[in-house]
Amino acid sequence: MGETGNMAPRTLFEKVWDAHVVAAPEGQSTLLYIDLHLVHEVTSPQAFDGLRANGRRLRQPLRTMATVDHNIPTTPRGLPIADPIAAKQIEALQKNCREFGVPLFDMDSAEQGIVHVIGPELGITLPGMTIVCGDSHTSTHGAFGSLAFGIGTSEVEHVLATQCLPQKKPKTMQIHVSGKLAEGVTAKDLALGIIGQLGTDGATGYVIEYAGDAVRALSMEGRMTLCNMSIEAGARAGLIAPDETTFAYVSGRRFAPKGKDWGEAVTYWRTLAGDPGAQFDRVIEIDAVSLAPFVTWGTNPGMVVAVNARVPELKSFGQEADRRAAEQALAYMGLDPGTPIEAIAVDRVFIGSCTNSRIEDLRAAARVAKGQHVNPKVRAMVVPGSQAIKRAAEQEGLHRIFLDAGFEWRESGCSMCLGMNPDILQPGERCASTSNRNFEGRQGRGGRTHLVSPMMAAAAAIAGHFTDVRNWKYE
Amino acid sequence: MQPFRKHTGVVVPLDKVNVDTDQIIPKQFLKRIERTGFGEFLFYDWRFSGDGKEFGKKIGDFVLDAPRYAKASILVAGKNFGCGSSREHAVWALADFGFRVVIASSFADIFANNSLKNGLLTVRLNQEQVAEIMRRSKEIENYQLNVDLETLRVEDGRGFTTTFAMDEFSRHCLLNGLDDIGLTLQHEAEIAAYEAKHPACAEMKVILAG
Ligand code: SF4
Repeated sequence: MGETGNMAPRTLFEKVWDAHVVAAPEGQSTLLYIDLHLVHEVTSPQAFDGLRANGRRLRQPLRTMATVDHNIPTTPRGLPIADPIAAKQIEALQKNCREFGVPLFDMDSAEQGIVHVIGPELGITLPGMTIVCGDSHTSTHGAFGSLAFGIGTSEVEHVLATQCLPQKKPKTMQIHVSGKLAEGVTAKDLALGIIGQLGTDGATGYVIEYAGDAVRALSMEGRMTLCNMSIEAGARAGLIAPDETTFAYVSGRRFAPKGKDWGEAVTYWRTLAGDPGAQFDRVIEIDAVSLAPFVTWGTNPGMVVAVNARVPELKSFGQEADRRAAEQALAYMGLDPGTPIEAIAVDRVFIGSCTNSRIEDLRAAARVAKGQHVNPKVRAMVVPGSQAIKRAAEQEGLHRIFLDAGFEWRESGCSMCLGMNPDILQPGERCASTSNRNFEGRQGRGGRTHLVSPMMAAAAAIAGHFTDVRNWKYE
Repeated sequence: MQPFRKHTGVVVPLDKVNVDTDQIIPKQFLKRIERTGFGEFLFYDWRFSGDGKEFGKKIGDFVLDAPRYAKASILVAGKNFGCGSSREHAVWALADFGFRVVIASSFADIFANNSLKNGLLTVRLNQEQVAEIMRRSKEIENYQLNVDLETLRVEDGRGFTTTFAMDEFSRHCLLNGLDDIGLTLQHEAEIAAYEAKHPACAEMKVILAG
């Protein structure tokens, strides 16, 4: 678009934003074009109803992609869905996709998986795009240098009908992570460390750009984990500038550009990184060396400490509202202030979700689990993010490692991340989970969720309590 | 969309910070495919025993169930209200229960957007003002507020009065109950021009066929 010359230096976010402005009417929100709209069964039925009620059509079927992930069972696929209401919701999506012509990766599809896992996996998610989905963890796709954010059902309807969204321009925040993550400290720990520092509303109103050596060194899987959790700090989106790691991941994927188109695409994607001197509204510096494997102790992801620390004392909270929130959280979690994290025993372990269910996550967990046994008091399950990941893991023999160690090996879906399907915690059960939310009741009413990395989850399954994976004796 | 101009109603205090949408409407109720009927499940896990498969017993000690707040239509809560999941069902549940206004010192972005689309007004006041409303609504029986979007004013007729901010375009849409899809479609020419320059990936057709 020839934006050189005397244009002010721009951030990655600003470049992606500028490239998608359809109209900027005076006194109104900017109208942004949406390149890709991901749809799933839970937040879409009312949107399709809205289209029907107003006699509107789906504007861009080929920029829309649907799958079922949130409420489907993770038991073997041929079985009928026992929950009639869930089955009805899935049928509604199938019917809507047929009626409006939406590409659908259905239950029995070899490509089915969690929407934020399969978009990148299929090369549908590409650098520099605008991507939305009726799911807050759409921020995951920011790992590719896309502006990707979650929307509500009314906005889903808006995008179905217009392929655009009116948006107010958010503020920009850079999180610069210098240094190198230590062995056993993962992208998940980086994300939890950031949220612990910012709080769950520290980035509200902002779009985050992650930068620095520690971010550059992450694989695409790690970058997706990091961007995925941006929303837990309140941010609308989290982006990482595309680089050689990104291009290597995207290259050759099913829907990625091929041949001459590929060359042109990469040339454009290389221009997306922020310009030197581009200004952010807020900059945060983090030293990777200060990070450890983290474990949440409370009922939001900002309530987090290092595995070798203790549940905080109530007097350590300056603000009255925070102290009260901590007190309520500890009562819900059944924990006493001052308890060493490593002394907390777990009943359940969940390895999965759009945060940590990719092949690299499963490899990391399998490395810890290899030759070991799940503690007899613990029930542990591994839920791959997609059918493709499940196949890849089975080819590598990861499922053998898990099964031999006593983990359940299940079909792909959101599963116990939100417990809409039968995979839930019982009241009072304590779970080490690689998902992204430890809200009250998130994994089942009365269930107690501790967020951790896949390695930490596997280690907890075997030890029966949280343990510092940095001291793990590998087989 | 239902327009919002002014509203006078009883205030109920929900004295908690970071109230997330999983609490506002727990996941077991997200399987419904309608937009209506969510009100009875509002704050379900805090209000009812059981897991929702069988409609549980009302626990009775939650503030929303106190008889003095039975008619409440204005909710006042702590900071970062509506954080977490993007589920619009949270807004549908609040509106269906009878709420027209939520007051807090901050709201999560997606929740605030969703509210706007459903004629539920989110009013941001500073922490002291929120604390004051919270206190009065606990101490004064049948405590009411007048919320006026035309003048951007909140007052209780007992000496508490303040203004609040809202961006002009959102206010305009709310006041007039505008369908913003209709507004966007007024830009058809610009959208079509953009699309002509940026064609979709034709390969997606193969999934359509399958
Ligand atoms: S895995 Fe969890 S967070 Fe991710 S899309 Fe599914 S429900 Fe949402």
